[in-house]
Amino acid sequence: MLAMSRNDLLLFLGFTIAVLAMPIWLQPFGAAYPDLLQRFTIYAILAVGFNILFGLTGYLSFGHAAFFGVGSYAAVWSFKLLSMDAIPAMAFAIVVSGIFALLIGYVSLRRSGIYFSILTLAFAQMSYNLAYSVLTPITNGETGLQLDLADPRYLDRAFSAAPAGLPSPTLLGAPLTGYAGFYFCAGFLIIAFFIAQRITGSPFGMMLKGIKSNQTRMNYTGFNTKPYTLAAFVISGMYAGLAGALLAITDPLAGAERMQWTASGEVVLMTILGGAGTLVGPVIGAWLIKYFENIFSAINDSILTRFFAFLPEGADHVAVTIASKFVGEGWFLTLGLVFVLIVVFLPGGIMEGVRRIVGLFNRSGKTPRHTPAQVQPAE
Amino acid sequence: MTMPNVVLHVADVHKRFGGLHALADIDLQVEEGQTHAIIGPNGAGKSTLLNVIIGKLAPTSGTVVFDGAILTGRKPYEINQLGIARVFQTPEIFSDLSVLHNVMIPALAKRDGAFKLNMLRALDSETGIRAEAQDMLEDVGMTSSRDMAAGSLSRGDKRRMELAMCLIQHPRLLLLDEPTAGMSRHDTNTTIELLKKIKSRGMTKVIIEHDMHVVFSLADKISVLAQGRIIADGTPDQVRGNPKVQEAYLGGTH
Ligand SMILES: Nc1ncnc2c1ncn2[C@@H]1O[C@H](COP(=O)(O)OP(=O)(O)O)[C@@H](O)[C@H]1O
Ligand SMILES: [Mg+2]
Repeated sequence: MLAMSRNDLLLFLGFTIAVLAMPIWLQPFGAAYPDLLQRFTIYAILAVGFNILFGLTGYLSFGHAAFFGVGSYAAVWSFKLLSMDAIPAMAFAIVVSGIFALLIGYVSLRRSGIYFSILTLAFAQMSYNLAYSVLTPITNGETGLQLDLADPRYLDRAFSAAPAGLPSPTLLGAPLTGYAGFYFCAGFLIIAFFIAQRITGSPFGMMLKGIKSNQTRMNYTGFNTKPYTLAAFVISGMYAGLAGALLAITDPLAGAERMQWTASGEVVLMTILGGAGTLVGPVIGAWLIKYFENIFSAINDSILTRFFAFLPEGADHVAVTIASKFVGEGWFLTLGLVFVLIVVFLPGGIMEGVRRIVGLFNRSGKTPRHTPAQVQPAE
Repeated sequence: MTMPNVVLHVADVHKRFGGLHALADIDLQVEEGQTHAIIGPNGAGKSTLLNVIIGKLAPTSGTVVFDGAILTGRKPYEINQLGIARVFQTPEIFSDLSVLHNVMIPALAKRDGAFKLNMLRALDSETGIRAEAQDMLEDVGMTSSRDMAAGSLSRGDKRRMELAMCLIQHPRLLLLDEPTAGMSRHDTNTTIELLKKIKSRGMTKVIIEHDMHVVFSLADKISVLAQGRIIADGTPDQVRGNPKVQEAYLGGTH
């Protein structure tokens, strides 16, 4: 059952090493600090899960942030009611977001194409608005759901006295702050990647690809495609729930803005930027977007003024004014611009770029191993 | 004389598209193991008839019965699982997938049914299904294109592959919608040879075809459709000699 082909095994091992060594190889980029590394792994899990739905079946969900947010809320509730341990929090988050995905998926999958996308977007916006209004007792509205000294934490209380001050999440008693938090998330990214790899290479994964390629043919070939797409939807919703829970574990608080449409759109961008349908692409997309978000949103006018100081008087002013629109709060403008460029010039994302470059080298080398007409195996 | 065993019975079917009466009062009986050809001019309603049989279209009235089961009202996947496969007028294939995978998918549908959450196994370890698909590709003479993307095949090869996708399911009833239309002479001949080969396997077939050479060399029975009605029915010789057919269809065109 766990037999893997040589290529799959190499990919998995390579991926595992790359993830575990992130604190080392991200050093030269100035990105090797726990807080950012945690975000890299968490958003990579979100993108890998999103790709199981979008990359394999072609169904473009514009509401995945809802499951992400639900995962965070569920985890924080587990901290409040049960225990500060990460395990029950994650289990609870995955189950709740899975049920949530089942309900939303069941309705949304009655349509396909743009109508499906709009339905998922509508559900996510509804969730976002409900979190601010009717559901305030559960979500704590605009303030966001936080830990409180008065939280019951029944499981923890059963075993030990309440600590002084607010506790923080643990794993079997060990704290999950800093690098421990990163390696905890990294472990889940590796598991998440492994499962995605198995799904992609299974008969089930092949059916999902068949649905993406020609759903009509799947129906006339004897497949009831509905439960296949629903299963993919729920699995990818559970991935989002897991990512949301991990975010709450590294920082125990949940806010509704996590469910906003911009957050849903961000996962779409990550997946397409890296290469939808590939295994590694969405991870790279997530890392790049989170990396540049971190850099661009930190730049402010005074940094820009110093940067453009070499320009003549007047010109530097113009340069700063223009550039400032693309940084800080304007980071989304840069992101949008990059996205347009990718979709127009490299619709297969970064992975397609890599393939093209490898193709160039192969051609200039000896005899090509593949004829151009041959299919590219999914990475 | 014993009663012939009718597997497919299209009973009293009508299909209207708005004001257009695309199928009128169709009564068609297809006997087990036979090749039943449906001929008729363009727009006669031939493809519409197949669409009604496989559940793509619901008839305005009437029923379709296959081996005792009523097909009318069932979903296309249920109808396929009952043992009916179809080659379309424009090939319906998985263009992004390899030829081998195109043929493996229907084999999995046959083995695993309409839905199976089969995600722990690796596709690579499905050696039985894979071998079956490779044999099938050899049968249709496409072994060399095994790893090509299906979308990059020639028109004739796409159709041959689609035929392989249907045959690998060992359907009890195979529906073929103009399997040689738009093919070169050479491709047409190889397809006829292939269809003759599967004729000897005893599968029941309904074939829509324009090429009279193909029809008369393959069919046991012929129904002639014109403006949504069956105007003649019988063995190739009976149909050939029928003056109504001569006038309505065969006369001018061929
Ligand atoms: N889905 C549809 N909606 C409306 N009209 C249709 C539809 N399908 C077929 N028709 C019409 O029904 C008639 C029969 O079409 P068809 O069955 O495709 O003919 P053919 O005998 O050439 O296969 C044509 O006039 C066609 O335009
Ligand atoms: Mg037709």
